[in-house]
Amino acid sequence: MVDGFDLVIVGAGPAGLEAARSASRAGRKVAVIDDNPRPGGQIWRHDPTGRAARPLRRLLSDLQSHEATRLFPGHRLVAFESGPTLVLESATGAQRIRGECLLLATGARELFLPFPGWTLPGIYGAGGLQALAKGGWPVAGRRVVLAGSGPLLLASAATLLRHGARIEGILEQAPTTDLLGFLALLPRWPLQTLAALALLRRLFRVPYWRGSWVTEARGREGLQEIVITDGRRESVLPCELLGTGYGLVPNIEAANLLGCELTAGPHPAVRVGSRGETSRPGLYAAGEITGIGGAGRARLQGALAGAAAVGDRRQADRLLGRSRHAEAYGRHLARHFRLGEPVRHLARPETILCRCEEVPLARIAEIPGDDSRSLRLLTRIGMGPCQGRICLHALAETRPEPFLPDWLTRPRPPLFPARLETLAGPERGPLP
Amino acid sequence: MTRDLIVVGCGIVGASIALAAQRAGLRTELVEAAFPGTGVSAAGMGHLVVLDGAELALSARSLELWRELLEREPGLSEYRRTGTLWVAENGTELAALARSQDRLRAAGVPSELRDAAGLAREEPALASDLAGGLLLAGDGIVYPPKAVHQILSCALALGARIRTGQRATALTGDGVVLEGNLRLSGEVVIATGPSGPELLPELPLVPRKGHLVITEATASPPRHQIVEAGYTRGLHAPDGLSVAMNVQPRPTGQLLIGSSRESGLSDSEVSPEVLAAMLGRVLRFLPGLGRLSALRTWTGLRPATPDGLPYIGRVPGRRGVWAALGHEGLGITTAPATAELLVDGILGRKSILDPAPYDPARCLG
Ligand SMILES: Cc1cc2nc3c(=O)[nH]c(=O)nc-3n(C[C@H](O)[C@H](O)[C@H](O)COP(=O)(O)OP(=O)(O)OC[C@H]3O[C@@H](n4cnc5c(N)ncnc54)[C@H](O)[C@@H]3O)c2cc1C
Repeated sequence: MVDGFDLVIVGAGPAGLEAARSASRAGRKVAVIDDNPRPGGQIWRHDPTGRAARPLRRLLSDLQSHEATRLFPGHRLVAFESGPTLVLESATGAQRIRGECLLLATGARELFLPFPGWTLPGIYGAGGLQALAKGGWPVAGRRVVLAGSGPLLLASAATLLRHGARIEGILEQAPTTDLLGFLALLPRWPLQTLAALALLRRLFRVPYWRGSWVTEARGREGLQEIVITDGRRESVLPCELLGTGYGLVPNIEAANLLGCELTAGPHPAVRVGSRGETSRPGLYAAGEITGIGGAGRARLQGALAGAAAVGDRRQADRLLGRSRHAEAYGRHLARHFRLGEPVRHLARPETILCRCEEVPLARIAEIPGDDSRSLRLLTRIGMGPCQGRICLHALAETRPEPFLPDWLTRPRPPLFPARLETLAGPERGPLP
Repeated sequence: MTRDLIVVGCGIVGASIALAAQRAGLRTELVEAAFPGTGVSAAGMGHLVVLDGAELALSARSLELWRELLEREPGLSEYRRTGTLWVAENGTELAALARSQDRLRAAGVPSELRDAAGLAREEPALASDLAGGLLLAGDGIVYPPKAVHQILSCALALGARIRTGQRATALTGDGVVLEGNLRLSGEVVIATGPSGPELLPELPLVPRKGHLVITEATASPPRHQIVEAGYTRGLHAPDGLSVAMNVQPRPTGQLLIGSSRESGLSDSEVSPEVLAAMLGRVLRFLPGLGRLSALRTWTGLRPATPDGLPYIGRVPGRRGVWAALGHEGLGITTAPATAELLVDGILGRKSILDPAPYDPARCLG
């Protein structure tokens, strides 16, 4: 057990690292844990071909200057014990850690909407493909399409391009009118505008099809071509890799297990006050876990919540105004990239919804009633290793309201698959 | 509206009763407050086991009935005949298993005793310091949520009916009242699992909470359901926490792991402390499982009676009301013999089992 921290932060992305910097500046003892081997989160994921992003370098060097701040990369939070004590797992063993306050900055994951052929080898999440490329997976010369919705498609395309991929096109399901609406007000957020301009400059040669989506993927052993449509005409586009993603859903599992209040809907976020405080005393949240709004918002929220968590009111108050403004950007984003009806209903009866348990849509349609628990018990949807993180959100999108998702109302450990010896506790079982 | 028989509650017990009743020619209507099979039946391990002790006769008869049902409906409920391997930690426990074998033999249930070497041959993954074991080759496993639905489907195919999402709120003397004041008349069976006391407060019933863990698939799962001999001690420990190693190989290669018992708790929270104690026990017997990952955990409430036997029979002091409650940790197994006893009772037929030990009258003040 490692004990004696003033603040334990889960997640070393923009929100978590900013929170750590605020709390360290206030002279507190801080621990940051993250299951990735290096800090940075999704957006600043380590890329050996380029220099680390400037804000990340600054953050890490600031944190290094505080002796009392410790990073635990390669450690995944799998459960809580009373206290709450955090139960962490690494490649080699388990660790328990405790602090006065806890700040969750666990980010978000991609939302997938199933379509025929979406389980073919060669199809990845848009962010997943970006991470693979950064990790050194060879994409040079390969024909890639990105499809779905939201700014992540552009960010992923830019990375892939830099790694030598041939981007055949980007398909954005949002119609041109929504995108124009988005652009029209974007200048209100100068940082976000600059980021968008930088991306567009790198992508100016890449076709960007608005109001378009993939209806089917085909191939023998792996992806060979996709069928795309703008809602009127279909056409076939050959490609080897497809990165898809229909936006992001907050990673609320840890917060939910601790009983934090959530927002309504099938992809809830953690409800926080203006200083990142959740409904549970001593528990803070910042970044995408509180709602999707990009890295700029996440950094501000993190800085603010980190200061608030260790009681540094001056620092926190100073950030309040900017944080509110960044908050509005999240709403702006959601409004203009909302999902249209057609992309929700692309799956056919034989299309697999749950990859872990290989459950096709037809099996789900067989179950009478709208009880999500019966559905799960009888089809096993969501019962595999990913614990429903992908399929249950996809399922919710295909269903008409109201659909009561029981997996939200009865959270249970472990948060991720965890070794029996980890859960058996420190005194029991052969721990390395 | 009148039916011959109204069964309140569609867990494994209610569904089995509906099937037996409909087969016997009784027009049956099930009333289920939520959805079929989402009560304790969904939480259970689905181990079909002949249990030496108070429930020996009921469980042995049930296994015969399960096998009959499975012959008629092959593939039902993902059934596998895994057998049960009871494992003794020391000589005392092994001697107890030998005595258990005598009682099983007297009840017509075959079993085979194993010494330490024989045990290791059955399951090489077991710890090497164990004394031996007892193998019951006739035991098996099912997937309970499916079992409920498939038994229910058989009953519906024979003409039974079901109302889902409708809670019975009171007994009227000639039937039940449902939410929204709908009245149904006929003989009534209460098969509401742990909610028994809501309609029949005179029958003492306490919840006994249990935890379960399911793992990822393993390349070399055990062949049998493996249970430590000490398991039966926990059955009779009235208070506090008791844990025992109980490991079931699922058809997918995953392991379903139990078990824990805590009396008087009625929440559904997973407790890390109980998990730790339970898994510590499992690693004591199967030390090689430490690095296998748990995917999910959950809890369920076993409905327990003071003497460990279920209530099966007419409820004294009430007209036309029957109880099928209190199946504790063995209701998946004992549902078919429960249904047989109950329907025989309603029809006034002589039953294969003696109904007296299960008569609810025994626990009325
Ligand atoms: C952890 C655990 C492991 C277990 N392992 C095994 C095992 O391996 N083998 C085994 O044989 N048994 C096992 N059991 C025991 C078994 O699960 C139970 O004994 C059995 O499921 C009881 O079934 P039931 O039909 O009585 O109850 P339930 O399944 O709870 O059914 C009762 C139904 O009644 C409904 N209901 C309640 N009140 C009303 C009302 N007023 N009106 C209408 N409907 C109502 C409920 O919604 C519910 O669907 C285990 C139990 C637990 C908790």
